Amino acid sequence: MTRERTFRLITALFWLLFAVLVTLDTLDSSGHRAEPPPIALGSGQAASGGHCSGR
Amino acid sequence: MLFLTRLGLVLGALALAFAVMLGGGLRQGLLALIGIGFGAILQGARFGFTTGWRNYIERRDPRGLWAQMLLIVLAATLTLPLLANSSNGELVGAVAPLTISLVLGAFLFGAAMQLADGCGSGTLYKAGAGAPMSVVVLPTFAIGSFIGASHQPAWIALGGLPPIDMLQLLGWPLALAVTAAGCGLVAWLVGQGARRHRARLEAAGQRIEWGSAKHWWIGAVLLAVLYLVHLVVAGQPWGIVYGIGLWGAKAATALGWNPAGDPFWGVAPHAQRLADPILADVTSVTNIGLIFGAFAASRWNGPARISVPPAKRLLVASIAGLVLGYSSRMAFGCNVGAFLDGIASASVHGWVWFAMAFAGSLIGVQLRQRVSSQAIGASSTQGAPA
Repeated sequence: MTRERTFRLITALFWLLFAVLVTLDTLDSSGHRAEPPPIALGSGQAASGGHCSGR
Repeated sequence: MLFLTRLGLVLGALALAFAVMLGGGLRQGLLALIGIGFGAILQGARFGFTTGWRNYIERRDPRGLWAQMLLIVLAATLTLPLLANSSNGELVGAVAPLTISLVLGAFLFGAAMQLADGCGSGTLYKAGAGAPMSVVVLPTFAIGSFIGASHQPAWIALGGLPPIDMLQLLGWPLALAVTAAGCGLVAWLVGQGARRHRARLEAAGQRIEWGSAKHWWIGAVLLAVLYLVHLVVAGQPWGIVYGIGLWGAKAATALGWNPAGDPFWGVAPHAQRLADPILADVTSVTNIGLIFGAFAASRWNGPARISVPPAKRLLVASIAGLVLGYSSRMAFGCNVGAFLDGIASASVHGWVWFAMAFAGSLIGVQLRQRVSSQAIGASSTQGAPA
């Protein structure tokens, strides 16, 4: 197996693991959560998402 | 065969957005679609912050920086009036204080992003496209961002100046004029540098052939439109590193780490975001969408060719990824969260970030040349800049 094929396999496994972990996290923390309106503009609700600027 | 590949990619994108919607709600599904758009544009237009800076530092090619300035001016023009007229905090910009941590963090980030061959968005889209360097960088980026966030309160406590929000101080028309003038000044300065460089080369009998840069201009316009759409849907500017740090914190929690008592992850609102599913986090879902969008764009015309850099180069990149993640939290973001968002939100911290990160990149490019020459060239997915 070439180096490139090995790396492709590792990359595929990495993303597969990532998808599995996100799925498990979603199933594990599926408690009640107030869902925000689909669009923030005009919703009347303050933005509440996390952002690297410190929010 | 190509038709089936493209059909599969489109269906995959729709399935991803639908799955995110099921897990996180309608807004999150929309944000996943926007993220897919970001990734497709970044990869399709080869729009790279890191490469644009490096092209100027190494070859005095100003076009990448020009495209970035165009993106920022367009983003500010489209969003500052909305931010100014937003009520109840529906829409907020990226505004941060001018701390010592901002200065140090941005400098470190600028250096590390040249060694890691990508900034925040660059690492994500190149990892999505399958570039080995970025696939290696992403996990260490997450670890660094997680730890950096945990240490952020201590770094901020070192002191500095409060945020300077020109939108609040000057009103949107003047804030936009100052922002556009600042971007124009940067574009003029790099243009002057390029002109002098070209004159020197031509005097020595050499010619510069740069090729077309149309894809960067198109990329800047499309990214600015998506930047507006993201703000309207999410209520906040496009971000990258908060989500990556959250992934690191989630992984640490799964491995037994207890966030209670942590000065960042243990307090509101971050503790609740850590308890909520990843698909409920704004930056996480746009990041996931971005990764898939870049993957789809890189495979749109068939399989991508991948060449794996030497192990030493990958090791250096992974260490740089750790610094990249950590410093991004010291500096309140990366090229997207601090540079693009900060300046487009008329926050002075964006300009400080740019100056310090560019200074760091001057060092980072030299280090990169040294490492690359030792490791016999660092290559990645063909034609995909950072």
